[in-house]
Amino acid sequence: MVATQETIDKVNEVSSTYKYGFVTDLESEKAPLGLSEDIVKFISNKKQEPKWLLEWRLKAYKKWLSMEVPNWAMVDFPEINFQDIYYYSAPKTKPKLNSLDEVDPELLKTYDKLGIPIKEQEVLAGVAVDYVFDSVSVVTTFREKLAKEGIIFCPISEAVQTYPDLVKKYLGTVIPIGDNYYAALNSAVFTDGSFVYIPKGVKCPMELSTYFRINEQNSGQFERTLIIAEDNTYVSYLEGCTAPQRDENQLHAAVVELVAMNNAEIKYSTVQNWYPGDKDGKGGIYNFVTKRGNCLGKKSKISWTQVETGSAITWKYPSCVLKGDDSVGEFYSVAVANNAQQADTGTKMIHIGKNTKSTIISKGISAGMAQNTYRGQVQIQKSAKGSRNFTQCDSLLIGDKCGAHTVPYINQFTPQARVEHEATTSKISEDQLFYCLQRGLDTEQATSLIVNGFCKEVMKELPMEFAVEAQKLIGISLEGSVG
Amino acid sequence: MSLLEIKNAKLKLNDKDILKGLSLSVNKGEVHAIMGPNGSGKSTLSYMLAGRGGYDLESGEILLDGQSLLEMEADERARSGLFLAFQYPVELPGVGGMSFLREAVNSRRKFLGKEELDHLAFVKEARKVASKMFVKDEMLKRAVNVGFSGGEKKRFEILQMAMLKPKISILDETDSGLDVDALKIVSDGVNAERNDDNAIVVITHYQRLLDYIVPDFVHILSDGNIIKTGGPELALEVEKNGYAGLINAA
Ligand SMILES: Nc1ncnc2c1ncn2[C@@H]1O[C@H](COP(=O)(O)OP(=O)(O)OP(=O)(O)O)[C@@H](O)[C@H]1O
Ligand SMILES: [Mg+2]
Repeated sequence: MVATQETIDKVNEVSSTYKYGFVTDLESEKAPLGLSEDIVKFISNKKQEPKWLLEWRLKAYKKWLSMEVPNWAMVDFPEINFQDIYYYSAPKTKPKLNSLDEVDPELLKTYDKLGIPIKEQEVLAGVAVDYVFDSVSVVTTFREKLAKEGIIFCPISEAVQTYPDLVKKYLGTVIPIGDNYYAALNSAVFTDGSFVYIPKGVKCPMELSTYFRINEQNSGQFERTLIIAEDNTYVSYLEGCTAPQRDENQLHAAVVELVAMNNAEIKYSTVQNWYPGDKDGKGGIYNFVTKRGNCLGKKSKISWTQVETGSAITWKYPSCVLKGDDSVGEFYSVAVANNAQQADTGTKMIHIGKNTKSTIISKGISAGMAQNTYRGQVQIQKSAKGSRNFTQCDSLLIGDKCGAHTVPYINQFTPQARVEHEATTSKISEDQLFYCLQRGLDTEQATSLIVNGFCKEVMKELPMEFAVEAQKLIGISLEGSVG
Repeated sequence: MSLLEIKNAKLKLNDKDILKGLSLSVNKGEVHAIMGPNGSGKSTLSYMLAGRGGYDLESGEILLDGQSLLEMEADERARSGLFLAFQYPVELPGVGGMSFLREAVNSRRKFLGKEELDHLAFVKEARKVASKMFVKDEMLKRAVNVGFSGGEKKRFEILQMAMLKPKISILDETDSGLDVDALKIVSDGVNAERNDDNAIVVITHYQRLLDYIVPDFVHILSDGNIIKTGGPELALEVEKNGYAGLINAA
């Protein structure tokens, strides 16, 4: 079970930060409020970055200044004051509590339901843990195993120092600095994230999970991830956590770039469970993410799987640019929006190479007063002869105050391609609920079962242990929405 | 004390009187058959007993083992040992039969204070019961009732009954849509569950079923009331002469 593994990892993570006095050293460091050229320089300087990266950031900053907040998504929120945000603060922003008694009981209830052991709950909730830890470091063994294969998996800030040529070669090649407002912002101020490099011919022997990355908790609100898979490789990357984590930053604007060479396959799975705000929509994370993968090589494949249950606002379109002939792009998504949550999510599949193939399966679940939009673009360029796309968007409504919207854009510039789009909207029926209740399941179990049934095609794309947790999570996210 | 006691049950649907003061008493170890014309209220009676939303009694009482059911939600009634085999079983897309069964069985076990079955133990048990009902393993892997034939759905209902071991089972037209062989299999399945501690109420239109599941009592339900009660011979009479004579006499 993942939970126990997680415990060990988290615990190791914490123990190592304690060992190096990491927390106390960095705690006090914070850049002044707001964003300016000086702040960008401050961040770059803090990270002792090479000159090229500082210049890159500054270029992004200038670009960002000239851009406007996008307003085409079906989400509604008060204007963000970008001068009222700290762009560099101490890595540890979690308040330290003395015991679980000080933790929000609602949070604890959720932990219990997810079956997270007490010790792990303490770590997650930010309780100052002072157990004597086992000296065997799982993280170290893990890293050694990867190193033997020549795989690089480290914080991107570390990669900038250790593998500057690789980072320089690929950073911003998939998502240029001026791609969109939030990507430009991220490029100017990103603090950390993951860097993965899979050398030619290597199949990564294990799932790369952010849990294993030391300093994970410190990536902050502007996370930047870069994954490069050379010829004939395979890697599966897991992002996120089913357990709700505290976070004081309201705005998150991450950027993830993937590059797949000939015959390389990247599988990127996300479970997103950030604070959604309360029932009336107060608080909650704004999650404005840009994720894109370039299938550069022939027969390369990139597959995005996401389970989005958290955040007050989700604005996210993991995409694939299918340049290599015969390359494959996939997008499997479950987006749950309850109460006052708003989700506008989907994908872009850009077919450029010959015989490229893409599959989009999107399952949107709306409950409460939530609005859930699927927005997807399929573009078949003139060169993409023999290409195919299949899109299926299903929406499930729970209650009658919520909404589901499907906005597909299809641009086909060659007749020699096939694009299929199917969409359905359904409700959980009284009959279905009663049938489950009659077998002794309570309303919440029944809802969770029916909803998970609805999402099955997507859930089966998740790595096994992740899927089990994600299933419980979906149930929990919808609690109280029926009955 | 009877296992199930219905006293003077009155129920309206959309302002229309459907059950009009119905009383019925079922003891442990008994099998009761309910017959009656279309629209007489048989399914309504079963929904009412099972606690379906919107099927609340206007007046009257129902007791299971001396305990009132009226304050209990549908799921509590089910966990307490009331089972309804649906006339029209409901499809649950994407919900695997095995996991559905397991959640149901474990809810009941938890209620009874028994340990929940782990995955392996459960699968073993489910396969055993399924093979007795001639339900293929493959069917348990499929989504509940999705794409099942009419007869398969009914078989799956009785399979669930056999797994849940209820105190009282109400089988609403479980025989409809079954071929001759399936009728025998399903009846054998039901009979295998009969014992001195439980009871079964079968709702049916066909006397033929009662050759297999032999009832202690046969009730004729007409226009929201039981108008006549007798032994198995009453079913033969209905088969021969229809309901008209019985209704006129009442
Ligand atoms: N929601 C409703 N509003 C009004 N009348 C209803 C409603 N539901 C059912 N009825 C009526 O209640 C009566 C009893 O229906 P019920 O389904 O219980 O009959 P039944 O005896 O099971 O019939 P069958 O043998 O055809 O299965 C019918 O006249 C039906 O039309
Ligand atoms: Mg009926």
